[in-house]
Amino acid sequence: MQPNLGFLLGSIVKIVLVLAWVYGLLQVMGSASKWVRIAGIVAAFGIVQLAISIKIGNQPILNNFDTGLLFQGATMAMVALGLNLIYGFNGQFSLGQYGFYGLGAYAAAYATYKWTNEKTASALLVLLLFVILAGAVIIGLRRFLKRFTALPVLSAFTLYLIGVIIAGAVAVVAGNALASVVNPLFGTKEAPGILASNAALQAAFVVAVICAGAFAAVVSFLFGLPVLTLGSDYFGIATLGFTIVVNTLLVNSDTILPFPEMKGGRGMIGIPKVTTWFWAFLFLLIVIIVMRNMIYSSTGRATMSVREDETAAKAMGIDIAGNKLLAFVVGSLFAGLAGGVYAHYIGFLSPDTFGFLPGFNPLIIIVFGGLGSMTGTIAASFGWLFFLEGLLRVLLGQMGTEAPTWRFVLYPIALLLLMLLRPQGLLGKIEWGFLRAPVVKPRATTATAAK
Amino acid sequence: MQQASTAQPLAPPKRRSGAQLVWIGRGFLIILAALITIVLVRNFVENPRLFIQIVLSGLQLGFVYALIALGYTMVYGIVRLINFAHGDVFMVGSMVSFFAVSRFSMHLWLKNAMPDLPDWLSTVAGAVLVIVLSMAVCAVLAIVIERVAYKPLRNSPRIAALITAIGVSFFLEYFGALYFVFSPRFIPYERPFEVTTWYIKDGIHLLESGQAPPEGAIIFSSIFVIIVATSLLMQALLQFLVRRTRMGKAMRASAVDKPTARLMGVNVDRVISFTFALGAAFAGLAGVLYAIAYPSVSTLMGITPGLKAFVAAVLGGIGSIPGALVGALIMGQAEALTMAYISTPMRDAVAFTILIVVLLVRPTGIFGEPEREKA
Repeated sequence: MQPNLGFLLGSIVKIVLVLAWVYGLLQVMGSASKWVRIAGIVAAFGIVQLAISIKIGNQPILNNFDTGLLFQGATMAMVALGLNLIYGFNGQFSLGQYGFYGLGAYAAAYATYKWTNEKTASALLVLLLFVILAGAVIIGLRRFLKRFTALPVLSAFTLYLIGVIIAGAVAVVAGNALASVVNPLFGTKEAPGILASNAALQAAFVVAVICAGAFAAVVSFLFGLPVLTLGSDYFGIATLGFTIVVNTLLVNSDTILPFPEMKGGRGMIGIPKVTTWFWAFLFLLIVIIVMRNMIYSSTGRATMSVREDETAAKAMGIDIAGNKLLAFVVGSLFAGLAGGVYAHYIGFLSPDTFGFLPGFNPLIIIVFGGLGSMTGTIAASFGWLFFLEGLLRVLLGQMGTEAPTWRFVLYPIALLLLMLLRPQGLLGKIEWGFLRAPVVKPRATTATAAK
Repeated sequence: MQQASTAQPLAPPKRRSGAQLVWIGRGFLIILAALITIVLVRNFVENPRLFIQIVLSGLQLGFVYALIALGYTMVYGIVRLINFAHGDVFMVGSMVSFFAVSRFSMHLWLKNAMPDLPDWLSTVAGAVLVIVLSMAVCAVLAIVIERVAYKPLRNSPRIAALITAIGVSFFLEYFGALYFVFSPRFIPYERPFEVTTWYIKDGIHLLESGQAPPEGAIIFSSIFVIIVATSLLMQALLQFLVRRTRMGKAMRASAVDKPTARLMGVNVDRVISFTFALGAAFAGLAGVLYAIAYPSVSTLMGITPGLKAFVAAVLGGIGSIPGALVGALIMGQAEALTMAYISTPMRDAVAFTILIVVLLVRPTGIFGEPEREKA
């Protein structure tokens, strides 16, 4: 019954350390010198890697539980950054982020599941071909449809839908045909072929994760095209519906959808655990860099102007519909990537993970961290996981048997207090290091040169 | 002439309006509607009795949703807040009636106090007592929630109030799930009165308990009649309240323009509290009726009906009272028919698909007024 004071202190130290690590990472990434940047990133990666692998006595410095929190923090940061792009920077209130997260996770997991357990590349190839073909169809159709000035959105949606369905059919046929050519490379059990090696699995994992992101992006394009024309709250409800639809489909993936390997509501097992800290860190880094560069480009300024005032943005010649769609697709892409990384870390997927109630988590995180603050999002993702999943769960678990319930009693109270006391989020609009708006050096004009 | 020929390669591709291509989208919708109609008509022809039975069960659900949807539509109409906690207020309504009936036997108080009353009168009075208690508790709860969680945030960005609404919703669900409050389990619900069932075949007959209904009969129960009657009554009551009373006028004024309403002497804060309380009372009533119709309670029971009711409110046009009823009836039918003819787990998916399609065709819902440009 006695609360464990040592654990409490240790957890607080851990949270502070993780936040310090995020701060350090962002600071070195923002450094002016290229070598400092590279060294700093390698050091940030290395510190955590060392903490995971070095053992003091019999126990690694970061035990399995903390490592799990770290991985989940990294994926949550990706998901939340995507949502922050959609909601924080573009002002489109979306509750559908977990739907795309789930889609990405299941798509990537299915591809590598087939790869390792059934020694066939068919799922991966079908996914890859679908993503490529559907992307080509969408981009091609978009260029074609640009010549119409007032095309009804429903008609455009129908055309895209037909195109993507055709792409999907072609991908299934071609992928399976291609797979029968590739599959002998797996070899037999006695003589494993080239594709059965670990390096090939790693490559397949990377391809699967990227394809999962692209898959989520294709779906989000199809979904967002008609739905983004609705007003903000209606869009929120429609995206909430998307999460619920995806969840329902995942629960019935073995009966309604033709994927018996996903095992429906019982949860998918047997996913190869390929995600190492290297991959999680790399994908997080890529997402951060892409996001930051996008925000501080002209596209990002257009995105933010849509949030501030649509009419004024339109008057400035910004393609509002296109801009909303871009932010939505990129945000979903991040969620899909995160899903792929998460699936291969945890090795077990359950539809409950991507349900309607956990779907509020990224929203709460970005509000905690501050809407429109990338730093806040990343820090809040890590801090939130270490606090809620790490500290509170263990601490309450030691105090009684009703821990999970008490956790969800205390957490809304904290949420209420935060909203009442600091509605702009913990960090507000503060950005650290790399994520600060870049200072454009004034060029040496003739006037300054004359001085 | 020469100028035109030199400009030719640089000219942008000819831009057409594309408005004539609207048939593609319409065709898509028509094909969708035709498919649904074919499925429904085929099933109706195959077994009309079963079809009508399913429609009746859909009506029962729909009228419960209509009661909950009233709260959503009123609150959204006035404060523009998606009150996620409303579904949990509905849950509290059934919980209160559960405790009143099972713990305190409240439905028997009158019977015990005055044993010489006719049996039917004491049963009705007991049930009404339980229902009124639930409605009152829900109304007080809603006022407390509004004062504590929403009112301080009225001038903050709207997301803040939304997040607190989610927080309140979580709090009610999981606080109720604690063992000393309720428990996380589903618990069978003891009804304040016995539900009687009738069947229609050559006239209306009473179905004795344990008796199998005869072949080809349509069954309905007293709770079905009660739900339909109460829901319609409450709709009428609310219409009267909003259209004919001073408070209703104040509510309509606050919905249109709060600062101006304030200038005209309307106590907007009181109006908002009243709206929350009224919506919560309806939700409490719906909670009791829902628990009597589907006799099992749990702390998470409010999520799905709450969401469905919200979807119904949006579908009918948020802010519109007849819209809430129509939307709720559509939701109920969609749910019942999907469960019967497509597949049970797809019912939520179908509900949201209908919502998305309707919003695409009519962006403000069936009865919604087009959004005015803000000055």
